[in-house]
Formats: sequence, C-alpha cells, structure tokens
Amino acid sequence: MKRHSTLLAFACLCFALPAQGDAFETARHKMVEEVAADAAFTSSYSGRATLNPNVVAAMKKVERHRFVPAELASYAYLNRPLPIGYGQTISQPFIVALMTDLMNLKEGDRVLEIGTGSGYQAAILAKTAKAVYSIEIIEPLGKEAARRLKSMGYGNVETRVGDGYYGWPEAAPFDAIMVTAAASHVPPPLIKQLKPGGRMVIPLGTHFLTQYLMLLEKQVDGTVTSRQILPVRFVPLTGGH
Amino acid sequence: MATATRPPVFAIALLSASVLAYEVLLTRLFSIVLWHHFAYMIISAALLGYGASGTALTLLKEKLEPRFARVYLTAALGLAILMPATFLLAQQVPFNPLELLWDKTQLPKLFAVYLLMMLPFFCGGLGIGLVLSRFGKEAGRIYAFDILGAGIGSLGAIGLLFLLPLHQVLSALAALALLAASVAVIELEMQPRWLLEAFLGLVVLAALALPAAWLQVHPSVYKDLSQTLNIVGMRVAEERSSPLGKITVVESARIPFRHAPGMSLNATSEPPPQLGVFVDGDGPVALTRFDGQLAPLSYLGDLTSALPFHVLERPRVLVLGAGTGNDVLQSLYHGATAIDAVELDPNMIALVQKRFHDFAGGLYSRPDVHVHAAEARAFVNTSRERYDLIQVALLDSFGTASAGLYGLSESYLYTVEAFQSYLGSLNRGGMLAVTRWLSLPPRDSLKLFATAVRALEQSGVANPGARLAMIRGWKTVTLLVKNSDFTATEIAAIKAFSRTRSFDLAYYPGMRADEANRYNLLERPELFEGAMALLGPGSEDFIARYKFYIEPATDDRPYFFRFFKWSAAAELFSLRGQGGMPLLDWSYPLLVATLAQAVGASVLLILAPLALSRCRRTLPPWPAAVYFLAIGLAFMFMEIAFIQKFILFLSHPLYAVAVVLCAFLMFAALGSWLSGRRQGVGEKGGWVHRAVLIIAAVAMLYLAILPALFQALIHLPDAAKIAISVGLIAPLAVCMGIPFPTGMTRLSRTAQDSIPWAWAINGFASVVGAVLATLLAIHLGFAVVILLAVLMYSLASAAFRGFSRT
Repeated sequence: MKRHSTLLAFACLCFALPAQGDAFETARHKMVEEVAADAAFTSSYSGRATLNPNVVAAMKKVERHRFVPAELASYAYLNRPLPIGYGQTISQPFIVALMTDLMNLKEGDRVLEIGTGSGYQAAILAKTAKAVYSIEIIEPLGKEAARRLKSMGYGNVETRVGDGYYGWPEAAPFDAIMVTAAASHVPPPLIKQLKPGGRMVIPLGTHFLTQYLMLLEKQVDGTVTSRQILPVRFVPLTGGH
Repeated sequence: MATATRPPVFAIALLSASVLAYEVLLTRLFSIVLWHHFAYMIISAALLGYGASGTALTLLKEKLEPRFARVYLTAALGLAILMPATFLLAQQVPFNPLELLWDKTQLPKLFAVYLLMMLPFFCGGLGIGLVLSRFGKEAGRIYAFDILGAGIGSLGAIGLLFLLPLHQVLSALAALALLAASVAVIELEMQPRWLLEAFLGLVVLAALALPAAWLQVHPSVYKDLSQTLNIVGMRVAEERSSPLGKITVVESARIPFRHAPGMSLNATSEPPPQLGVFVDGDGPVALTRFDGQLAPLSYLGDLTSALPFHVLERPRVLVLGAGTGNDVLQSLYHGATAIDAVELDPNMIALVQKRFHDFAGGLYSRPDVHVHAAEARAFVNTSRERYDLIQVALLDSFGTASAGLYGLSESYLYTVEAFQSYLGSLNRGGMLAVTRWLSLPPRDSLKLFATAVRALEQSGVANPGARLAMIRGWKTVTLLVKNSDFTATEIAAIKAFSRTRSFDLAYYPGMRADEANRYNLLERPELFEGAMALLGPGSEDFIARYKFYIEPATDDRPYFFRFFKWSAAAELFSLRGQGGMPLLDWSYPLLVATLAQAVGASVLLILAPLALSRCRRTLPPWPAAVYFLAIGLAFMFMEIAFIQKFILFLSHPLYAVAVVLCAFLMFAALGSWLSGRRQGVGEKGGWVHRAVLIIAAVAMLYLAILPALFQALIHLPDAAKIAISVGLIAPLAVCMGIPFPTGMTRLSRTAQDSIPWAWAINGFASVVGAVLATLLAIHLGFAVVILLAVLMYSLASAAFRGFSRT
C-alpha cells in the first residue's frame, strides 16, 4: 500500500512538473509584455519608443523562477524585486529590462558585469551579447550563480568571485559595463576598461528601491558624459512643465 | 503565602525601573536591528501593554486578588523572562521595512512584532496594577514609588548603556525584574523561606550566567554592515557602544574600502587605504589612512564638497559632524589655516584620536585641528569663534537616505533657524557649504535651497539669489550660502571648478539656462528651474505645486527628510510597475500603519474585553468618557511635544527624552499626590479647572518665550541646563498630574462601577496619542500639538462639569 502511494505521488509529480513549467512560461510572457508596455510608456530616455526586441526576447526566454530561492518561485513573475539571501536582491524585471536596453548591445558585444547576484542579469546579457564577464564579491552567491548559469547552459558567461574595482583586465576592453554593486564612486579602472563609444549603466538606490539609473558614455575622444535617468515617467510639478 | 498588610513599595520601584529602562533599551536595540525611527512604536507598545494589563486586572480582579502575592511574583518573573525572550522572538519575525510597499505580508509581520513588544509591559503593568488595586488606600504612596522607579529606570538605562554592551544590559534588566520579585518576597513576608533564596539565585543567574550567545542582537540582513560582513576577508576590528550609537569598525586585507562619495568621473586617483566605519549598522563612512602627506588625498579635491575651497583662500573652517575626519582631511588638503571639528559621539573621536591614532596620522591631535565633542547646533550657538567656512557634508549614508529611512526623524541641522545661526557664525565674506546625496526628481537639493532662501529672507537680505550657488555631480549636490554677495571672481572660480570636474552648475547669481545640464544630463535642468522658481515671486506656489514636500524645515517642524505628500502617493503607487515605488517615502505610510495598528490593538486588547464582559452594563456617562479620553491624549501630546522642544536645548534627543520624561513623571506624580491630599478642595472640580488654566497659561508662555530663553541659556553647562529644564517642566507637569486622580475620585462617587472604563479609555488615548502626536507634529508642527493639548485639557475641564452633575 505504502509503495503504491509513493508511486502515485511520483507519477503525479512527473505530470505536474511540465504543467507548472507551462504555467511559468505563460506567467513570464505576460510579465514581459507588461514590462514592455510600461517601458513604452516611459520610453523617452532610451531614445526609442519601445524596448529593443532582443531585450524583450531575452526576458521571455530567461527563466527568472530558476534564479530565485525555491520558496519564492511562485513570485518570480511578479514585476517586483525579490530577496535572494545575504541581504541581496534580484532586481525588478522592469529595471532589468530598462538597464539592458540602455546598454544598446549588439550581437558581437563583450560585456562586463560587476555584481553577479543571482546571475539573472548575466543570463539576460548573455542572450543579447556575445560574451559576458561577471564578478561577484560575496563568495557563496558568486559560486551559486556560477553553478546555476553553467547548469542552465549559459556557455558565454564567465564568472569570478572577488573585487570588482579593477574590473577584468584580461578580457578588457568592453563594449558595455554594468555595475549593480553599490559604489560610492565609479572606479576609474572600469572607465579605462570601457571601449570608446561604450556604455556603462549603474543603478543608484538600495536593493529594493532603485532611485535612478546612470548611463555613462565614453566618447571616441575618451571623454565621459553621464545621464541620470529616472526609470519612471513622473513630472514632479502638478500641472506639468 | 503572604501575611504582610503593607504594600511592597520598594519592589514596585524596582519593577517600574526595569520596565522603563527596558523601554529605553528597546529603542537602541531596534535602531541596530532595523532603523531608528521605530521609537514611537515602542512607546505605543509599552502603553498598550500597560493598558491591556489594566483591562485584564479589571476582568480578573476577583480571581487575582486573593492570590495577590503569587500573581505579583509571576508577573515579575514573566517580565524577567519576556524582556529577553520577546526581543529574541521579534528578531525571528522576518519583517523587512524595505519590502513594506512591495509585499502585503509585511504589515501582519509588523503587527506581530508590535504585539510581541507589548508583552513584557503587560507583565510589568499587571504587577504594578495589582499592588495598586490590593492596597488601594495607599495608592498615593505606591504611585510615588512607581514613578520614582520609572524616573530612575529611564535615567539609569542611559547610564547602563554607557557602561555595558547591549546584551548585558538586557540580562541586567532581567536580573532587576527578578530582584523586584525577591524584594517583594521580603516586603510581603512571604513563606516558605527558600522562596527568597530561589529568587536571589535567579537574580545571580540572570545577571551573570545568561549565555551571551542567546542574547545576541542580529541586525537585519539588509543593513549596510550585515552586507559588508558577507564579503570574504571583512572583519570587525573594533566595536564601541554608547546610548549615542554602536560604532563598528571593519577592515579587510583582501578587498579594501574605497569611499569617495560622488567623485568626479574625470578623476583618475583612488582613495588611500581606508577602514569602514558603521554606526548602528548604517554606513560606511571611511576612516582614511593619513601619513601626513597630502598627495594621496587628491581624490578629496574631486568631490563636489571641495567647491568652497576654490572660492575661499586658506579658510578657517568649522566642520559639523566631523565623524571619522574626512572633511577635516579635505580641509587640510586644501590648505585650511585652522579647523574646528565638531562630533557628537565621544566614542567616534576616541577611535580616531586613540585606537586608530597611527592609522589616521594623529589627525585629531594636530595643532591646527581642534576637536569638540558637542552637538552641532549647540556648538554653533555657544561658540564665539567666527569662521570663513562652515562645512556640513553627507552626514547620513546614501542607502539610508535614498531608501527614505530618515523620513520621520527630526534634524535640527537643516532648519531655517539653523541656517541663520550658521550664517551668524561666519566672518564677513564667509560661507556655509552643505553637501547632500542627489535625489531625483530633486528633493533634498531643492529643499536645502528653499531653506537657504527662507533663512536669508528672514535675516533681512533683500536679494538672497546673490548669495547662493549650487552645483551637482552624478551623485551629490553642494550648496553654498554666503553672508555677502558673490563676486565675479568667485563665480568664475565656481565655474572653473565645475567645468574641470564635469560637475554641473545648478545655480549661481546671473546664470543662464543654457549653462545648466551639460555633463550629467537630466531630462530637464530641474535643479536650475527649481532654484529659479524658488527665488522668483511664485516660490510659494511652486512649493505648493511640487509633488514632494520641499517646504523648508523649521525648529518647530524639524522634518527635513520628509518629502512625502499625500497628493502624490496614489500616482506613485500606481506607477510601481514602472519603477515609481522608490519615490514613495515609505517611512510615512509606516507611521500611518502604526497609528492604525495602535488604534486596532488598543480597541482589541483594552476596550473590547470590557465591552464583552459584564462591564458593558456600566458604561461611564459620556462626559466622563470624553474627559478621560481628552486628558489621555492631551498628556501624551504635551509630553512628546516638550521632549522635542528640549532636544535643541539639551543638545541630544536621548538626553531630552530621559530628562523630560523623568521630570514629567516625577512632577505629575507630585501633582497626583497633592490632589489626593486635597480631595475636599477638589470636590467641586475647582482643582481641575485651576490646573487646566495654569497648564494653558504656562504652555502659552513657553511657546512664546522658550526659543529666546533657550538661545540665551544654551551656553550654560549641562548640569545647569538639566536643572533649568526640570524647573521649567515642573509647574506644567504638577498640574498635568491633577486631572486623572481627581476625575477618578469624582467617578468613584458618582459612577463607581464605570472606573474600569475610565482606566481603559485613558489607556487607549495614551497608546494612540503617542503615535498621533508624531503624525500631527510632522504636518502641523510642535507648537500646534501643544495648542491641541491645551484645547483638549479645556475640553476635559468642560466635560468635568458635565460628569460632576451626573
């Protein structure tokens, strides 16, 4: 009897898994469409009316529920940040989409990421660029993300645990750099490792609350300009400007 | 078990002392575990525990009184166990304020923390209430010892926090509660004899044998320090704790700290080796290695806060909030002739001056650097020195500032009066420089600018715009306020400084719109437009129409960090999917949630049990209900408003809380005692009416004269200021102690059965009043809170007439 019930439970589990997978996929597509619609509403900053189709496609493919702790998987396709342990978070999907879009990546681009976290952002970047180099300062997080990305088949992501301040000189220069780790200033070595014409994106704020994004562009002559970008379309004066 | 016929007054004093000391300790513990503005919630939880114990006592009186001694001991034992236990349990509740706006389950978690915090106070209240009820005829004496204990407890807690680490204070208070039980065994002459020995044994056990590991404080994983310690190689090099804060110094041989807040994108230098310094787990600020050579400090010239040094030549500098000394280093780097550095926490000074003396290169012992352990405003008000530059730079960490964590905390550093006071301490041609983190859409920057404009206008400056300049980097904003007009040379220096570092000009006298927004591009030049609007004729309209609260803070409403406006809340909440959530200042909705839970919990635990018991038939006459509600609210309003009013005078919130609370308790008790002795006189309510008249007169007088009086006396030594504070509070508190017992006496003669209701209604008002006072102060200012208290006392006075006749 006991063996029967075990078998029955196993069978149910086997049937349930694909069903849950489908549910996740449906939820993911729905979330990405919402994010894309929200991004169109706040479009002016990235210079185009809609999100880059590559970014949308990547967001639809990358399984966010596999990057969050198992007990939070059912929340994975809500457009909100989630805790991933060690006081770190996986960013709000809307912010991930916007940051990736701002990097303006092309197929052959090489990208450096400082702050691997769960590895979700690296996975999105991997779908939109040629090679991704990602550094995480918190060892257990970095190791877990590396294992996860490898097991999920992201062969074009290289990870490393350590200090991101000096970037990844062996792989430099980069077409784009994303700094998701908190920094009081932009490390000069990172600016050096950015190609002329390259872009760097830095979210500012705390883990659950991204206040604004900074887009840093290195001109062909080596000079640097920055844009402070509020993710939300919000006019601070009633009646508008 | 007990044979004594006298109340255990010493035991009551000890019990009361441990309860009040625990309340003070909890505010420290919560500052470290979460963030510091949970203080008002702790006051509310404490009062809720007291109120609920009153209701329990009323309902179970017949069962509890015959077992009086046993119940008292159980309550004391319960207090001893629950003080550490509930705090440890509360730490297990996964409440994360940062997720409050994302996650619906956070509110119930907050409520669970609130209820847990209430439990020890329930036990304390039960023990004290039981003695009052059992020895009713000696209520005056018991009450006096209760209050005496409370006063000693609230002051003693501060002493203990200087002497012991936090977990030891917690075990000391558990031991104190057990001592209260032991003393009761003696006072009540309880048998058997081994009972005393057993309790004394427990005292020793609690004081000495509670394992430190059980009582460890576990800060939220989202605090800066917790996150830093997750990094391999980080280790705590030093910890210092006092009531002013817990300082943690962190070092790492592998991954150094590199703190250069908002450094120019053009800079190529790196900071020298640094240690990370955290206060209550927030930060870090850097303790920078200094070997006497200025070259490694060049990064300090690439911060927006370096601007004034390019306008002034070799200035004499006053650094407010000097902390670990980075602004002092910046001044030295730029050739300041002499530097006065003011830091509130002596522990911080000692770290730089002694423990890390060599690392810091003897920074605080140099002949050209004078360090003062003082509160910034008090120092400026009392110092006769004059400076070329007053530097106030980045006193809070970026994380806490950007997460809206300071929304509810008072700051007397950034008020209109503060700016006037700084400007008054400058030499001719001197300037105030304030640097803050950049927030977008602009909040801090425009509020600072508006504050400076208001301060200059109120000082009689006809053209404030001629004395202001503001620049911004990608992460920080620096405002200069000069005490004379900027010259063309100075403006050229500001422009050159900004241009070479790719900082943007936000405002200078005569600036053109096309000069703004060149390097760090915003969608619109919002700082420039805001600054121009604030200087123009429509500034009031601009402030009113701006979706964040940028009305300048004043000493009466010292909430610089409040940017929340109800009118924008719904819009921002609806934009949460598009990243609008971070613009909501969550600490304000949290206060409203706390008020809602205070009302809910006190209805549930104080009023509802009575309404469902046989007491429902003994509802008090409505004037009596109004009376006890009004005096409950009025007392809390007055107490909380006066704590705030005395912060500036006594130079620190913690001292203000201890001194003002202690004075209020002591003198209110005296008033109660006096009214008890003169019951005959009070029969016609004359005492209440007279007391209310005096309260109204004294409160109005204080509203009018306190600011000037404080200004005139602030230079006196601390002991004198404390004595003056107590003297000022005494007449008010004595009168405020009269209405409650007089009302009770009156009710006992006219509607004896409704006394439990009077207790309960008054308890309810106190719980709600503690939170409501803060909310009202944020919107209307402390003066209005005091006026409302006076109004409520007047209402009570009128109601007293009503229920005297019933």
